[in-house]
Amino acid sequence: MPTDTRLAGPALHLADSLWQDAAIKFGNTAGAVLGFLGLLLAVFFAAGRATGRFSRPLAVALMLGPAAVLLLVGLVVPLLRTVYLSFYDSDAAKFVGGRNYGWAATSSQIHDVLLNTLLWLVVAPVAATGLGLLLALLVDRMRGQAIYKSLIFMPMAVSLVAASLIFKLLYESRGAGQNQVGLLSQIAVTLGWDDPPNWILSQPLNNFLLMSAMVWVQTGFAMVVLSAAIKAIPDEITEAARLDGASGARLFLHITIPMIRTTLVVVLTTIMIITLKAFDIVRTMTGGNFGTQVLANEMYSQSFEQYNTGRGSALAVILFLAVAPLVVYNIALLRKERATR
Amino acid sequence: MSAEPTLDKAAAPGPGPGGAARPDLPPAKAVRRAFSSPLASALVIAVTVLWTIPTVGLLVTSLRPKGDVASTGWWEAFVHPDFELENYRSVLFDNTFGTSGGLMPYLVNSAAIAIPATVFPLVLAAMAAYVLAWVRFKGSDTLFFVVFALQVVPLQMSLIPLLRLFSSGAHLGSVTVIPALNLQDSYLPVWLTHTMFALPLAIFLLHNFIAQLPRDLMEAAVVDGASHFKIFRSIVLPLSAPALASFAIFQFLWVWNDLLVALTFAGGKPTVAPITSRLAQLSGSNGSRWELLSAGAFLSMIVPLAVFFALQRYFVRGLLAGSVKG
Repeated sequence: MPTDTRLAGPALHLADSLWQDAAIKFGNTAGAVLGFLGLLLAVFFAAGRATGRFSRPLAVALMLGPAAVLLLVGLVVPLLRTVYLSFYDSDAAKFVGGRNYGWAATSSQIHDVLLNTLLWLVVAPVAATGLGLLLALLVDRMRGQAIYKSLIFMPMAVSLVAASLIFKLLYESRGAGQNQVGLLSQIAVTLGWDDPPNWILSQPLNNFLLMSAMVWVQTGFAMVVLSAAIKAIPDEITEAARLDGASGARLFLHITIPMIRTTLVVVLTTIMIITLKAFDIVRTMTGGNFGTQVLANEMYSQSFEQYNTGRGSALAVILFLAVAPLVVYNIALLRKERATR
Repeated sequence: MSAEPTLDKAAAPGPGPGGAARPDLPPAKAVRRAFSSPLASALVIAVTVLWTIPTVGLLVTSLRPKGDVASTGWWEAFVHPDFELENYRSVLFDNTFGTSGGLMPYLVNSAAIAIPATVFPLVLAAMAAYVLAWVRFKGSDTLFFVVFALQVVPLQMSLIPLLRLFSSGAHLGSVTVIPALNLQDSYLPVWLTHTMFALPLAIFLLHNFIAQLPRDLMEAAVVDGASHFKIFRSIVLPLSAPALASFAIFQFLWVWNDLLVALTFAGGKPTVAPITSRLAQLSGSNGSRWELLSAGAFLSMIVPLAVFFALQRYFVRGLLAGSVKG
């Protein structure tokens, strides 16, 4: 069968070169890592011999220098440059003042994007933290808790792209009369809903379906951190409250919640920060279509698909202004909590 | 989040039975007892099942023959079991998605990106953290604060300028500060970007740890005439191993799972792009080829899942120390 050999031929050849390709890439990578470490060792060896008053500044320059230069080139300068670019047109050629921000504030398309982003910012973190708290309270008493914790925590290790594909399969929809291949549609059919909608296209429901993927990923994180915080409540405090007659729900509301309040807010703000910056889920599941666009993905689209540097930069600045206070608050809480421990 | 356990000298009093000699439950469990009932257990089990089913669905789909995947739901596989590994072979090596080769080159790229992008920031941050903590100089506190404050900058703020820098260099007026580098088909932009973005958090976390190393040990080494390089190599690095391990795991998973840096600096080319970026593209262009998409997605999950289950202890420790990048 000549067709078969012709098909097998290139495929076999391709597989061969695939292994070769892999070997070359791993070779380059190992070379880069070993070269980097070798260079450092050589520099350390040479500079370590220096004595006298130069040894200290030399150590500072060589050990702090690389990180400082990378931070300057990779974060500080780009930060200023993006702010600068946000006042220029799409090719960064002409100064346009606040026109890009004006566009962001007035265009109805961006209104919807900001509204969606706000919805994400509230719903996903609150849902993940709330569920995580409930699980943290319940799971520690159970036999075999490690298994439950591991399984709920597992999505945290998976990329948001993989999580999106997992949920996309869950929401897959076929026309009425066909076999459903998505579990959600099948459940709907089993429950007597003959023609369930195409979930991903159903506005505004689809926004919440996308958020579910984020909640799926973040709940385990909330559970693990909150569970550690609950375990760290000193026994004496709980005991004293119990001797005073508190129990059950009252103990929870008046002792547990106040004692872990800081951790609770840290978890909530951490998930908010992640949610604001993440564009992976929207990009993978809908590409921002069907009314699901969010700020982080719009910024990517404007910058690298529409090639509008000005608008992309303006959206990046808006994102920065939204994220920065959250991060500052989050870090302040984290420090406060550490200080009290 | 609580302090990192390894740093926490007065470890949190666990609810274990070793505390006060009392016949009843340790008090910390009293709260949870209120929530314990068959109903509570059932709820946890229900959530666990709910949380696991989507992944099981993906795995089962990836193991079913193409025809079955297209015509029936994955749960049918439990009624009519028919499993094979053909999807994995096909998605790795064949021209199944129309363009050159399968996902194999992308999987290789993921590893080739993630390993250096973990080693570089780890070493650079450890050195910087040591200097900022122990080799004090004029302005070192200010510098530490600046690094610390850089954590507020989202990745998105740097993408456009960095992309321009890598493609056309940096110029001040007519003076070329950094020449345009021909970095097409090179991992370097991706490695560098990940390294730059890991530094603020890495320096901050490692500084917290390294600053708490015993002062006597450092001073004894200085008295013995050891250089800062020697102290860093033979005292700081070995003693910070737990903190380094925690951060390394986080950074590795972060880079492996990243889409934003990958898409911006590596695009979708098999020469440099990692698997996340290819999967995101395929989700849009080949969204109904579930037998292949599921196998591809699962392939991308194998490495992080292995790291996660093997090193869960370090993972949790890092999490509690606050190593969560947005």
